[in-house]
Amino acid sequence: MAVQGAAEEDLGEPLLRLHGIDKNFGPVQALVDVDLDIPVGKVTALVGDNGAGKSVLIKCVAGIHHPDGGEIFWEGRPVHIRTPRDAAALGIETVHQDLALCDNLDIVQNMFLGREKVRHFALAEEEMEIAAGETLRSLAVTTVRSIRQPVASLSGGQRQSVAIAKAVLWNSKLVIMDEPTAALGVAQTANVLELVRRLAERGLAVLIISHNMNDVFEVADRIAVLRLGQMVAVKPASELDKQIVVDLMTTGESTREVRPNGAQPETGSAP
Amino acid sequence: MTDVDQQPSTAAAAAEAERAMAPELVANSFGDYLRAAFNRVRAGDSGVLPVVAGLLIISALFQSLNSHFLTAGNLVNLLIQGAVYMLLAMGEIFALLLGEIDLSIGFVSGVGGIIMAELVKQSFDWPWWAAIAVALIACAAIGALQGTIITRFGLPSFVVTLAGLLGWQGVMLLILGKGGSLPINNKIINDIASGNLTPLASWLVMIAIVGLFGLNLWLHDSRRRKHGLVAPPVSVTLLKIGGAAVAGFVVVLMCNTNRGTLVTIQGMPYVVLIVLAVLTMWTLLLGRTKFGRYMYAIGGNPEAARRAGVNLKTIRTVAFTLCSFTAGIAGIVYASRLQSVSTSLDGGTLVLYAVAAAVIGGTSLFGGRGKPIHAVLGGLVIAAIDNGMGLQGYSGAAQKVVTALVLLAAVTIDAFAHRGRAAR
Repeated sequence: MAVQGAAEEDLGEPLLRLHGIDKNFGPVQALVDVDLDIPVGKVTALVGDNGAGKSVLIKCVAGIHHPDGGEIFWEGRPVHIRTPRDAAALGIETVHQDLALCDNLDIVQNMFLGREKVRHFALAEEEMEIAAGETLRSLAVTTVRSIRQPVASLSGGQRQSVAIAKAVLWNSKLVIMDEPTAALGVAQTANVLELVRRLAERGLAVLIISHNMNDVFEVADRIAVLRLGQMVAVKPASELDKQIVVDLMTTGESTREVRPNGAQPETGSAP
Repeated sequence: MTDVDQQPSTAAAAAEAERAMAPELVANSFGDYLRAAFNRVRAGDSGVLPVVAGLLIISALFQSLNSHFLTAGNLVNLLIQGAVYMLLAMGEIFALLLGEIDLSIGFVSGVGGIIMAELVKQSFDWPWWAAIAVALIACAAIGALQGTIITRFGLPSFVVTLAGLLGWQGVMLLILGKGGSLPINNKIINDIASGNLTPLASWLVMIAIVGLFGLNLWLHDSRRRKHGLVAPPVSVTLLKIGGAAVAGFVVVLMCNTNRGTLVTIQGMPYVVLIVLAVLTMWTLLLGRTKFGRYMYAIGGNPEAARRAGVNLKTIRTVAFTLCSFTAGIAGIVYASRLQSVSTSLDGGTLVLYAVAAAVIGGTSLFGGRGKPIHAVLGGLVIAAIDNGMGLQGYSGAAQKVVTALVLLAAVTIDAFAHRGRAAR
C-alpha cells in the first residue's frame, strides 16, 4: 500500500525503519501498513491532514502506543518499544507539543528533570549546570540570559529551544518534534527551524511533524505524507512542492509537475 | 501554561525577564546585585522580603503600643510560643508544595503528644527517647496511610485530610475521655519547651551553627566561581555570612539575658534548636536532593514530572508522611510546653494557623513554590501578633481577626504573583 518514492535516494541502513505498522483503536484503523525509514543526519518531515495518524505514528515510536502489527528496526535490529523509557534507552527523545516543562524550575533543572546527577545523595548542581550550558552553547541557543532563570520567564521560542536542548542532552540519536513552531511568532520560528537544521548537521536523525508547509520546505530533507492512516509518499523535498504535498495530503495523489520552490502561489498553511 | 504565551514587544519581554531574574544570576558586581534584587522585588517575586518587612512593621507597631514587647524576655517567649506554629507549618509545606493541603496535622500532632504522654506515664514508664520515637513513627504512619489513600484512590487531599481532622480528634477524645487531661511528669520531656542551654553552651552552639552555615555558603559560592559559573560577588557572600553571624549574636544575647523574675532564667531554649534542626533538615532535603527537586516539579507541572519518569504516587505519599512526621514533632513540643495533653488541644485552629504561617511566609497555595524558612518566618509573624495583642490585653477574638487580615493580605500577594507569572 505504501508508495515509496521511486526516486528515493539510497541512504544506506536507516537509523529507524518502520515496516508495515498497523494500529487500531477498536474498529478505527489509525495506521495501515505504514513503512517509513528515518536516516541519520536528515530532517524528515511527517505531514498529513488532521486525523491522518501523524501523532499515533510518533507515539508508536516514542513508546506511548504499541503497534498492533508490523516491525520496528533500530540500527538494523528489530526492537520492541514498550515504554517511553525504552525509547529513551535506545536514544529516541520526543519533544511534545506542550513541551512538558515545569514553569517554576530553572532551565538546568528542567533539562535534567528525572535524570539528575547525584553525588553523595546531594544533587550535583555545578556538574549539571556545566553540562546544560555546553549543550545550549553547542546548539547556539544564546538568547537566554542565564540558564538559572525559571522557565516561566522565557519566551515561547526560548521554551521550545530548552525543550529541544533537553532532548539533545542525552546523546539521543533521534529527536521527534511535534509541531515545534505552532505557537511561535515569525522570528522565533526562524530560530527554532535553524536549531532543527543544526541537529541534523550534528548527525542526529530528526522527525518533525508540522502543519506549516513553509516550515516543512524550509527545514526538511525528506517529506513523508500520511493520509487516512496510510503512507502515500516518502520523497526528498526537492522532488515535491507545496501544491503537490497538499494534493497528496488531501487526495492521496498528484499529477502535477514539480515546480521550483517558491514559484507556486502561497498555499497549504493549515491553521 | 504554555498556551498563554503572548509575545509583547521584545524589549518589554526582555525587561520583564530581567526583573524576574534572581539577582545572583545577572550580577557581577555588588551594585549590579543590589539593582537586580530591587528589580525582582518590583516584579513581585521578592522571596522573603515582604514577610521580613511585615515582621519589622508589626514589631515597631507593638513596641510603640507597649514598651515591653521588644524586651529580651518577651521575644524569647515569642520564639517558644511560635515554635509549634513553625513546626506545623514546616510540615504543611510538604503538602502545599504539591498544590495539596493537609488539614489533619493539628490533631495528628495531638495524637503524637498523647502517645508520648501515655508511654512515659507510670504504668508504662518508657524512657523519654523511646516514647518520642514511637510517637513520631506513629505520626509518620498516619501520614503514610492518608497519603496512600489520597494517591492510590485518587481522592482529593482536602477531603481525605478533613476526614483525618475529624477522625484523629475522635481518637484523641476516646483516649483522653470527656474533658480529660493527661499530665506529663517526665522531666526531660517537659524541658523540651521550657529548658534552656547554659549561656556558655548557647554561645558555643550558635558559633557552631553560624560557622557551618558560613562555611557551606562560602564553599558553595567559591565552587561556582571556580567552575566559571555565575556566582554572587565575594562581597555579597561575605555580607550574607556576616548577616547570619549578627543574627546569631543577637539571638544568643537575647536568650542569655535573664528573663526570670524570682529565679534566674537564661540561655537558649532547646526548642529553638529543635526548630533550627528541622529547618536545616527540610531545607537540605527540599533543596539538595532528587526528592526535593521532584516535589517542586510535581507542584509546578505534574504531567511534565510524570513524563520525566518521576513516580508521582511515591513522592506524594512520602510528602504526606513527612508532613505528619513533622506535625508529630510539633505535637511533642506542644505537649511539653503545656506539660500535659488535654481535650482543649484545638487541632482545627492549629492547622489553619500552620497553613496561614506557611502562606504568610511566602509559600504558594498553588504549589511548586515555597521553602521551610517561609514557615519559620510566617510562624514568627503569627506568634508576634498573638503575643503583641495579648500584651495589649486584646481578646482572643481580636487576635483572630488580625491574623485573618494578615493571612488575606499574604494570599492576595501570592495570587497576584501567580497571575503575573502565568501571564508572562
